[in-house]
Amino acid sequence: MRNLPGIFVAGAAATAILATSGVLADQSNLPSIDGVELKTRAEAPKDHPLPEIISGFEFRTKETQALELDDFTNPGFLLVESGEETWSTAEGSAGKSCESCHGDAAESMKGVRAAMPKWNEAAGRPFTLENQINECRTEQMGADAWKWESDDMLAMTAYVGLQSRGMPVDVDIEAGDMMSWWEKGKDFYYTRFGQLDLACANCHEANYGNYIRADRLSQGQSNGFPTYRLKWQKMGSLHRRFKGCMDNIRAEAFKRGSDEFVALETYLAWRGEGLSVETPAVRN
Amino acid sequence: MAKSKPRVKVPKTASKDEVITIKTLISHKMESGQRKDKDGNVIPRQIINKFTCDFNGKTVFSCDLEPAISANPYLEFSAKVPESGTFKFTWLDDDGSEYSTESKIAVE
Repeated sequence: MRNLPGIFVAGAAATAILATSGVLADQSNLPSIDGVELKTRAEAPKDHPLPEIISGFEFRTKETQALELDDFTNPGFLLVESGEETWSTAEGSAGKSCESCHGDAAESMKGVRAAMPKWNEAAGRPFTLENQINECRTEQMGADAWKWESDDMLAMTAYVGLQSRGMPVDVDIEAGDMMSWWEKGKDFYYTRFGQLDLACANCHEANYGNYIRADRLSQGQSNGFPTYRLKWQKMGSLHRRFKGCMDNIRAEAFKRGSDEFVALETYLAWRGEGLSVETPAVRN
Repeated sequence: MAKSKPRVKVPKTASKDEVITIKTLISHKMESGQRKDKDGNVIPRQIINKFTCDFNGKTVFSCDLEPAISANPYLEFSAKVPESGTFKFTWLDDDGSEYSTESKIAVE
């Protein structure tokens, strides 16, 4: 009997640990799509702000996960297929398509999404996938730039992103002046905005795994974007998600493609290093 | 996603009288008719209102779809295959257009 209080304490501590790590199911079997394993949890390196890096996948219901794990039921593939068509369609004054320079996307685009945003020396700033695609369009193809949230852009980022599915996110923050963008993104992440006076970190670092009304907070990782979101009933970009968060905290959102959002994307990519690219992921 | 594109998944072969699973997905905005645009005008309803699956000319599955069904409707159902033949899938749009696709199956 004397031992009992000790057992109780140990039990309570174990429960507390389970509660903070949340939802997280058995990881002995990694989820996989057609044999490609998805690393939905990664060990956090030393000095990382999170104890463990967890993909948004883990915070969703089994039903939503099942949609993502079958390419047929994943509605994101409707846009991926249209991106695949656009890849080989010539456009613009140069009469070129993506394929004219890059050949088979399955080879040339492998790993591209995993390394985005990437430092662009000529532009002197980090390029997101959208920036890179539009530069190709205006500089190489002589075509008009796509709007950030257009179906054409989402289809192409999804199609290019898919070629990196299963590969670990790995951004080079040492290149060029990436560090200053990373710092700017980090400042953004911890700065409170809006009438509700919340920073990204208040929800996605301090409270992931907990419910916010009916929704379970994730770590806000970016590895699945562009993502098919059931609430949106369509695919959306990472910057759309940023804007949604800012609207929710009653802040005035920055524009898609703005320096603020690109900096945040840079910092977020670093926070999620090691997770598999899941593009096109399905979320609630 | 202006034009609707159907996707279907049917096994290529089956044994006689086997019950197979058929999956279908079509891109469609399924505009409910309940929403308003920025100026407060009602966005007119445009949904897929009927889906039919025929096997060798005979309807094996059909259903009516209603405005509460979300965009890009996914339907999964089973069918018994007595002989080789062709499944024909048809989606009927409110605007009168019809999207269809076919899929062959061989009974071994």
